[in-house]
Amino acid sequence: MYVAVKGGERAIAHAHAWLAEIRRGDPAAPEVTLAQLMEQLGLAVDRVMAEGACADRELAALALKQARGDTTEAAFLLRAYRNTLPRFGAAEPVDTAAMRIERRISATFKDLPGGQVLGPTFDYTHRLLDFSLADPGPPPPPAPEAEPEGDATPRVTDVLAEEGLMAREPPGNEEPPDLTREGLRLPAGRALRLQALARGDEGFLVALGYSTQRGYGNAHPFVGEIRVGEVAVEYIPPELGFAIDIGDLLLTECQMVNQFAGSASAPPQFTRGYGLVPGRNERKAMAMALVDRALRAEELGEEKTAPAQDAEFVLYHCDNVESTGFVEHLKLPHYVDFQSELEKLRSLRARWGQEGQ
Amino acid sequence: MDAVRPDPARSAAAGGYNFAYLDEATKRMIRRALLKALAIPGHQVPFGAREMPLPYGWGTGGIQVTASVIGPTDVLKVIDQGADDTTNAVSIRRFFARVAGVATTESTRAATIIQTRHRIPETPLSEGQILVFQVPMPEPLFKLEPRVRESTRLHALADYGLMQVKLYEDIVRYGEVATSYNHPVMVAGRYLMSPSPIPAFDNPKLHMNPAILLFGAGREKRIYAVPPYTPVRSLDFEDHPFRPIRAPHACALCGSTESYLDEVIVDDRGGRMHVCSDTDYCRERREGRR
Amino acid sequence: MIGPGFADPVLGAQAAFRALLEATAYPGRVRRIAPQPGWPAALPPAMAALALTLCDQDTPLWQDAGPEVARWLAFHTGAPPARAEEAAFLLCIGAPPPLAALRLGSDEAPQDGATLLLAVASLQEGQGRLTLEGPGIAGAARLEVGGLPPRLLAERAALAPLFPRGLDLVLCAGESIVALPRSIRITEAP
Repeated sequence: MYVAVKGGERAIAHAHAWLAEIRRGDPAAPEVTLAQLMEQLGLAVDRVMAEGACADRELAALALKQARGDTTEAAFLLRAYRNTLPRFGAAEPVDTAAMRIERRISATFKDLPGGQVLGPTFDYTHRLLDFSLADPGPPPPPAPEAEPEGDATPRVTDVLAEEGLMAREPPGNEEPPDLTREGLRLPAGRALRLQALARGDEGFLVALGYSTQRGYGNAHPFVGEIRVGEVAVEYIPPELGFAIDIGDLLLTECQMVNQFAGSASAPPQFTRGYGLVPGRNERKAMAMALVDRALRAEELGEEKTAPAQDAEFVLYHCDNVESTGFVEHLKLPHYVDFQSELEKLRSLRARWGQEGQ
Repeated sequence: MDAVRPDPARSAAAGGYNFAYLDEATKRMIRRALLKALAIPGHQVPFGAREMPLPYGWGTGGIQVTASVIGPTDVLKVIDQGADDTTNAVSIRRFFARVAGVATTESTRAATIIQTRHRIPETPLSEGQILVFQVPMPEPLFKLEPRVRESTRLHALADYGLMQVKLYEDIVRYGEVATSYNHPVMVAGRYLMSPSPIPAFDNPKLHMNPAILLFGAGREKRIYAVPPYTPVRSLDFEDHPFRPIRAPHACALCGSTESYLDEVIVDDRGGRMHVCSDTDYCRERREGRR
Repeated sequence: MIGPGFADPVLGAQAAFRALLEATAYPGRVRRIAPQPGWPAALPPAMAALALTLCDQDTPLWQDAGPEVARWLAFHTGAPPARAEEAAFLLCIGAPPPLAALRLGSDEAPQDGATLLLAVASLQEGQGRLTLEGPGIAGAARLEVGGLPPRLLAERAALAPLFPRGLDLVLCAGESIVALPRSIRITEAP
């Protein structure tokens, strides 16, 4: 029989054997370890952890290795795994004001309590290929360390809010919805939108955020603050009734300050776009903050004209496990439907021919 | 053909996953959705679809439905494009043999649950059998109204004028309805429903079928159902009645002039042959069992 | 001391669900669910099994079978107790609350309508005073129900014009169940 993709079992087994071989590559090259990935390709690991919605760098590194470095495939592996884990409960909200800062910058104030901390950033590096990295070499000397200033590091947006210049967020004491259990329901409140964006595709969010800067949506953003560092995660076991520290989480938070003309019920003031991503991922946190603010158009009574302001459009298309699955499913066999298209096209052409005469 | 029972040592418990992969809380949520879907025939029930170990768009909705329904005494058949041996069908069948330890079969008659993509088997189904459709896009109106909030409203109002207009415009433009697959249907006179992209040829099999028809859309997170013995009408017009089409040929293997056919290119000079898309039906005919 | 749930929670729930799935697909047909020792005597075993199968933290639950049953349900399902009007599931062994006051869903989300599990004395398919028509039934089906609350069918019929809004009934007699989803019409011979 001349029917390709059929005859499956053996074909699949052989294809997967080939995949295993090509994943390992030339055995003469040493096999990469999870520690190497976590230490030396940490930003790729962090991206997988964020889009995979599972805060475990070691599992993210494993997924990345198994996926041959394909971050989208790795995020998918991690998502499928996290679904099988039992749920103990929900952690208490983390307090980013108490973050142990590794990087903290503000574009709105030259100096502020806690100071500007540049941290380990690509910013101000000259993007020149460093050929000294081409071959393994001795580790770099330790970076100089400074004593922490000791001050608290209040969030810039809180400082603005003190003066009434920044709209305060509602306290939000009610139980937030859970996107991973209930799916998306529209209209989606901000908590649900932020959940979707936090695990959304970085590229999609960057493109949308960029579009708001180019006039698709009325954005006037300033980076109030970006901060990266560890926060404590606390959980209240029902049998204890008080919070216990169950570990630390490294986060990137971005707060964008945006103009708001005010309305009948609110004076002119700044409004906030918020981005929060597990791991180190400033680009995504910034893009998320831009998109979050754009999606608030409706609640703030702004005109809704741009793609980034359309919650249904953004939320239904930001998840790369969903989007890549559906785009790639087109390579599955469709010959039954295509056959019916063939017959239909032949019928339409025959009719066209008759009527043309 | 007899059912194949997998080696228990290699199934469910051995893999460290729950029976049929899904955790019990997820199954409960899906089961509740399935019951409401049967109670409101053709209505899309939103559910909290999970990421599965297969990609969205590759049958995750069908897999979640099957996993929530299946038990250890079930006999499972999986088809894609009507065939048991297409790669995705093989992959899904192996998944359930592995995580649920259930028996599998290629026989339509022997199966208690049939998971399918794009076809309804030629062999008539019987009472108690469950047909699980993998659905890529559950919303029949999506090409006319992509906004979910709006299409949900139209279903609430049973306002299906958009679809009637589209089909009518086809007739004006082409002289016939240009939909050859995924032709929309009205279920029990109330809900417009996507039959999943089955060819229009299969649409009449939805009508008053004695089996339980369940539809799962994982990526779009919807479940819907057609109960047994439920009227299902393909949308049409009095002067342009619905007309299922098949290639005007006989199967080159079994000679059937009634089954739906795959067209196979046999050379580069326009040579074609036609064979049954339903491999089990075709084999039964060749083995003289019908 | 709280009695046990399913001896095998995974397969017990699967079997009970499958019975209800078939009962819902073929309204009027009797399906059986095997009872297990140690369940609260106040509930028909089939109702106890379905509660274990379908209820959890996400399903507000109303019941009228007393505190012992309440403790058993809370322990095994975690379903939050609710007033009848808010409940997703109602386990009813006495006179049911007025149906029109229960959750009926909305036109956009009719699936939010409640499921009422109702204890009755007996169920017999294929004969009897009730005639059922609609999806899941080839032609018409006959059903005899012993101990059906008197107002129930009239109250149920009064909801029919609201379809797709509505609620779904499951009658439980001992180990037997019959489902009466909102989509079917029921007429009663005098």
